Amino acid sequence: MSDNILEVRGIHTFIGQFHILEGVNVSVPRSSITVLLGRNGAGKTTTLRSVLGLTPPRQGEVLFDGQAVNGKRPYTIAQMGIGYVPEHRAIFRDLSVRENLEIAERQKGDLERHIDFIFELFPDLKRLIHLSGGNLSGGQQQMLSIARALVPENRLLLIDEPSEGLAPVIIEQLMEAIRKLAAQTTVLLVEQNFIMASRLADQYTIIDDGQAVASGKMRDLVQDEALVQRYLGVA
Amino acid sequence: MQQQRSTLLMITALFLGLLVFSFLTTDDLGSFGITILSGLFQGMLLFLVASGLSIIFGLMDILNFAQGGFFMVGAYITFAVFHGETFAQLDPNLRFPLAILIATAAGGILGIILERGLLRPLYARPIFQLVLTFGVAIVIGEAIKAIWGTVAYSWSPLTSFGIHQASFSLFDQQFGLYRLFVIGVGLLLIVLIALLLQRTRIGIIIRAGVEDSEMVEALGINVRAVFTQVFMLGCAVATFGGAIAAPFLGASLGMGNAFLLAAISVVVLGGLGSYAGTAVGSLLVGLAIAVVAKFASRPEINQTVWSSITPMILLVLVLLARPSGLFGKER
Repeated sequence: MSDNILEVRGIHTFIGQFHILEGVNVSVPRSSITVLLGRNGAGKTTTLRSVLGLTPPRQGEVLFDGQAVNGKRPYTIAQMGIGYVPEHRAIFRDLSVRENLEIAERQKGDLERHIDFIFELFPDLKRLIHLSGGNLSGGQQQMLSIARALVPENRLLLIDEPSEGLAPVIIEQLMEAIRKLAAQTTVLLVEQNFIMASRLADQYTIIDDGQAVASGKMRDLVQDEALVQRYLGVA
Repeated sequence: MQQQRSTLLMITALFLGLLVFSFLTTDDLGSFGITILSGLFQGMLLFLVASGLSIIFGLMDILNFAQGGFFMVGAYITFAVFHGETFAQLDPNLRFPLAILIATAAGGILGIILERGLLRPLYARPIFQLVLTFGVAIVIGEAIKAIWGTVAYSWSPLTSFGIHQASFSLFDQQFGLYRLFVIGVGLLLIVLIALLLQRTRIGIIIRAGVEDSEMVEALGINVRAVFTQVFMLGCAVATFGGAIAAPFLGASLGMGNAFLLAAISVVVLGGLGSYAGTAVGSLLVGLAIAVVAKFASRPEINQTVWSSITPMILLVLVLLARPSGLFGKER
């Protein structure tokens, strides 16, 4: 068994006629938090979407747990054990919190098996369980979006910009939750907030103009001010 | 919350307005009662075409112009099975439900063939899908001409069955029991589809898919299989509508388009993709058609013209006040 649960090898992805990813490589070690860093429009979200087949790559290879997922439909890839928490949450506004969780079940009883862990991570969801998703605040919607990915047995979670548009106190809560769930699964995170990313992640890959330009251990990146300044514009 | 209250107020005002107008323009309580029942009857038939149209549009973003054709197919198959020789020995009271069953099953199977064989390759091309369903509607019409000819069939009283012949009296006015049966079946279907959408897993998936089908797929659900099931259900319900309408309306080539146009106004008026909007919109449009038809039955007014433009007038009025329809959301 490979040390990496996910291997993205030289993928090229297009959106319409635009060549967004130009040979991106990403390795995600098991039981770790790996973060994709980069400026707006660099191709981080497209990388996550390519892994799940939502924006399928035209070239290159995506291996999940040693198995090629290229050409497979998104639902088949998700069923292999990948959970997705998209940018802007994409919770179902007309469904109740409970229904938002129930729909994520892949096997009967998935929700009941994991509900205690979900409520331990996000206690607020317990009292909001009958409310419709559209009535939740931005932070609560983000919690629900992550909780939804925890309902089935996922071995990899793809989490896109969880801190976007949230108050600092909510970001702290989310960081704590992601840290706890990383003890049980592997996380590939897209995050623009470098401070949050540096406190959470073990590994990083920087994507710039559709290419992976650097990767390694997060603790090394934190020391490398020149690299951070060059690609992320953070002093 | 305020939006919900204003929607409720608007719906109440529209229904009350129609009822008061009908009450003031009819001569007696009997006529008033019959007009309301006729409105419910029309509304239920409209619902059977419009519900499939609405759910299919909400989930798949396809405006299925062939929906009226399926309604027509239902009427023709039911007529043919009931009056044909194959089941002629069977008691008419059993032959009729059997004819409905065969018609509905045929509609469902045709729906599967249409979705899997023709629409699926065009999912990335919404305009092509629109043109395709329009083309399928034409093909259905031509196929009916080839099989059954261009003659309009009406249900002969000689070949009738129990409930079709019976009637009851309301303030000295006669009303066919069969039409009451259609109202009952329509109401039952409204409840059953609502239960399906609210209480079952497939219902949750459909409601979620109406909002964001890509996210549903990302959760590990085969959305295309759900598309097929929903398309089949929508076509089967429309065919069922034509089947139960056949004893009253007969089977003719124009019936599909007539119902399709009214059903499209129902779906837009109710709010695209909203099931509650479709149910309320069907009743509203059905009632409006019946009230206007009754009012226009005077010799100086052209009843046919006014009955056929009523759904559009109501649609325009509602959209002026609520551009997204009664229960619609901005898309």
